[in-house]
Amino acid sequence: MSHCDKMVDAGRRRFLGGAGFAAAGAAVATMVPAQAKAAPGAARVDYPSNRLANISDLKPNEPFAVAYPDTDAPGVLLKLGERVPGGVGADGDVVGFSTTCPHKGFPLNYNSADKTMNCPGHYSRFDCESGGQQVWGQATQNLPQYALRVDDKGDIYAEGVDELLYGRLSNVL
Amino acid sequence: MAYKRQIDRLPIVPKDAKEFNVTCHYCIVGCGYKAYTWPTNKQGGTAADQNKFGVDLSKQQPAETAAWYAPSMYNIVRQNGSDVHIVIKPDKDCVVNSGLGSVRGARMAEMSYSQQRNTQLQRLTDPMVWRYGQMQPTGWDDALDLVARVTVAVINDKGEDGLFVSAFDHGGAGGGYENTWGTGKLYFGAMKVKNIRIHNRPAYNSEVHATRDMGVGELNNCYDDAELADTIVAVGTNALETQTNYFLNHWVPNLRGSSMDKKKAEFGSEPVARAKVVIVDPRRTVTVNACEVEAGKENVMHLAINSGSDLALFNAWLTYIASKGWTDKAFIDASTKNFDKARAANNVSLDEAARITGLTADQIRQSAEWIAQPKAGNARRRTMFAYEKGLIWGNDNYRTNGALVNVALATGNIGRPGGGCVRMGGHQEGYSRPSDAHVGRPAAYVDKLLIEGKGGVHHIWGCDHYKTTLNAFKFKQAYKKRTDMVKDAMMTAPYGDRAAMVNAIVGAIKKGGLFAVDVDIVPTKIGEACHVWLPAATSGEANLTSMNGERRMRLTEKYMDPPGHAMPDCLIAARIANNMERVLREQGKGQYADKFKGFDWKTEEDAFMDGYHGHEKGGEFVTYEHLRAMGTNGFQEPATAFTDGKIIGTKRLFADGKFGGKDGKATFMETKWRGLQAPGKEDERKKWPFLINNGRSNITWQSAYLDQDNEFVMDRTPYPYIQMNPDDMAELKLKQGDLVEVYNDNGSTQAMAYPTPTAKRKQTFMLFAFPAGVQGNVVSPGVNEFIIPNYKQTWGNIRKLAEAPEGVKHLSFKSLEYTGRSA
Repeated sequence: MSHCDKMVDAGRRRFLGGAGFAAAGAAVATMVPAQAKAAPGAARVDYPSNRLANISDLKPNEPFAVAYPDTDAPGVLLKLGERVPGGVGADGDVVGFSTTCPHKGFPLNYNSADKTMNCPGHYSRFDCESGGQQVWGQATQNLPQYALRVDDKGDIYAEGVDELLYGRLSNVL
Repeated sequence: MAYKRQIDRLPIVPKDAKEFNVTCHYCIVGCGYKAYTWPTNKQGGTAADQNKFGVDLSKQQPAETAAWYAPSMYNIVRQNGSDVHIVIKPDKDCVVNSGLGSVRGARMAEMSYSQQRNTQLQRLTDPMVWRYGQMQPTGWDDALDLVARVTVAVINDKGEDGLFVSAFDHGGAGGGYENTWGTGKLYFGAMKVKNIRIHNRPAYNSEVHATRDMGVGELNNCYDDAELADTIVAVGTNALETQTNYFLNHWVPNLRGSSMDKKKAEFGSEPVARAKVVIVDPRRTVTVNACEVEAGKENVMHLAINSGSDLALFNAWLTYIASKGWTDKAFIDASTKNFDKARAANNVSLDEAARITGLTADQIRQSAEWIAQPKAGNARRRTMFAYEKGLIWGNDNYRTNGALVNVALATGNIGRPGGGCVRMGGHQEGYSRPSDAHVGRPAAYVDKLLIEGKGGVHHIWGCDHYKTTLNAFKFKQAYKKRTDMVKDAMMTAPYGDRAAMVNAIVGAIKKGGLFAVDVDIVPTKIGEACHVWLPAATSGEANLTSMNGERRMRLTEKYMDPPGHAMPDCLIAARIANNMERVLREQGKGQYADKFKGFDWKTEEDAFMDGYHGHEKGGEFVTYEHLRAMGTNGFQEPATAFTDGKIIGTKRLFADGKFGGKDGKATFMETKWRGLQAPGKEDERKKWPFLINNGRSNITWQSAYLDQDNEFVMDRTPYPYIQMNPDDMAELKLKQGDLVEVYNDNGSTQAMAYPTPTAKRKQTFMLFAFPAGVQGNVVSPGVNEFIIPNYKQTWGNIRKLAEAPEGVKHLSFKSLEYTGRSA
């Protein structure tokens, strides 16, 4: 099978940097007089840097409910006990995910026995130890994971999300 | 790290976006979708009056909203020569799926050809020919002339039996009424081609001969029946993975008990309860798990039979049910024949059936009770029987199919609400062809004949034998040798000298070579051996009609241009016919040339009007215009009238108790157990330690012909998995993700070990038809009396090939089963 990853990556970049930007500019143009100069727009949404918790708040393998990037977007912080993809903190084991199923928007449940998020709606499952990979299910994307940062005081900040959140066509409303 | 798109917003569908009816072109269920397109330099806004949904998109939308789409539902495509944004999202108003999207269908936009966003650039854009030792682009006229001249030369030499054909017979992508008619009119109308086979099997035959022979068409109920049944019997069907939204939208409500109001409305005072489910499958599937989650374990009986022993179980059901007097005598008397004969011939005790199936006599008795024991007030139990590849591609296909229909007939469960005895289906349906009677029965075992050196030219339509046939490894070896002979000969003549080129090809064919023409949308595995590739359009790039598993017919409207010079299959067939007619006239064969008249179609609609509209039952009521008006709900075939702007359809077949036999009766079948029927299977079972059971998964569609170019799928499934019991893996010193060789006397292949605690010892399950490891390589050539393959009963051995490669290290190997919250 011929498979050109570089081309695919180039395509993705073109989408993010090209079409998205041009479309944003067009929207602005419709709101002002026709002769006006289009206002500059950013290619990506600006994510807030929100403090979600302190490391000391987290107990091993116990979900800690949070919301990000706003209160209408529920999520979870987990201290998994082992270094995992996207993990932060001294042990690289702290991760954060959206808890809204990217299939139809049902709230996910955490199964601490195998560290997965499970959807009671249509049985989709996401692996918290594999970057939210859908183990099995109906969603066409893996579980949105937070870009986390931990400061000197142990405060955990979320500063981005790596997939589109269910129920919004812009991750920041 | 799992694949992430890093997309944090999407263009909004504007209020004035164009809207198209779409039926998902993948599985049998045919979920309704809508495609929205609008110019690339425009977009909608978040205010309610600025977007198609009329809602305030600056707010978080709730679960199950119609006003959201995933990145996989978005793309930029070409439409009438211009770039447009496209969103293809599930249609909440379609009664099939009520807004649900499967992991396959909800990727239709992302799986479209887009030069702008680099998706599916594998698609064929030009006819390609073997020129100077590689495939090179050429024009339609050149490619069709070569195909016609070689095909005519072979027919001149060997007659029409020298032309071998492999062709889809289904609906959805790579099929549909337009395209089955186009190919059918060419091969069964203009010609009488006998050496023809269907996309997933080595001959031209029904997979469900028996039920048809009994007078019971296989798609006889409607999806509502799964909401109305007292008991659902699921045989060899893993519906949650392979008919996903039929299961989620119509089985689950009955399992949860949320279709009770519907039952009461339909059945009045008759006692009703939530459904019980009997699942016949050697393997514990995610369907079994979901049924237990929804209905409670007490309402789910998983009969994990010995692989291939279904028939004995069904005969035991019939015997036990008849002995208890739970048959529907009035129905049997009025609508059937040969009940007593079949009952006597198929008689088997619970103990004997238990011995054969590996179940207990109690399990068989209890499942028979769930099927047929009358409800309170002596009301007949309504039981729906559903079966698919576990039966269809399993042991003794014909008799096993018949044995199950026997039980459904005996209990009066066909043509009635909450009943039916139906195949669940793979592709959608969309068959419209002139009679195939000349093919005969049993039909020619085409793949075997090709291995044996028969035939001179091979036309392939949307088939890939290298991935989807039995005995695939030996087939590939023989096929490559024969087509290589022609490739080598083609390099001895200048391409531009057509007479010399045809002579070189024909010379190689006379020595045992084979000239192969592949009509497809992407380069295929068998295409690697072919000399001409003809680029086809797929669903949405042309108008396309099909019907789903409850005979629901819809029109998918053309919403984008086909890639490059690709054309719908029906028009490719017509152009082949035009060219064959021309070449025959040139050769002074005017009488034969006349047979190729009637292919002056300009559009797919012309083919539809000539075929379905002109030839199928009820077709006179069905046009594109009428179908457009019927939207994503369409109508259920056959059409019976066109009234008040609507096509009137047929909810259930045989509702009047009249069946397909000449006398209007259904016929019971004698189906005595005869062990593993296909030659060589019993010896194979004894010789090899592992059952290599096989089938489909949720995430990949068919042979992954499009998925192989989709990042989301290939990130999860870079290699076909083989589910194995962890103790078996330990014995073979295997770790998760290791590549293993699966081998037996038929051939060998590879897979990725996936530890599966619920798998029985020595019983594996391998993903079928996957390009990076073809399960068919280890399937024996053994077939039934009508040349139906037996993929499921395959035994072999397993050994380690390599440690988990880099490309699988990020994978999750956790259980596929939904668990809910842990305690």
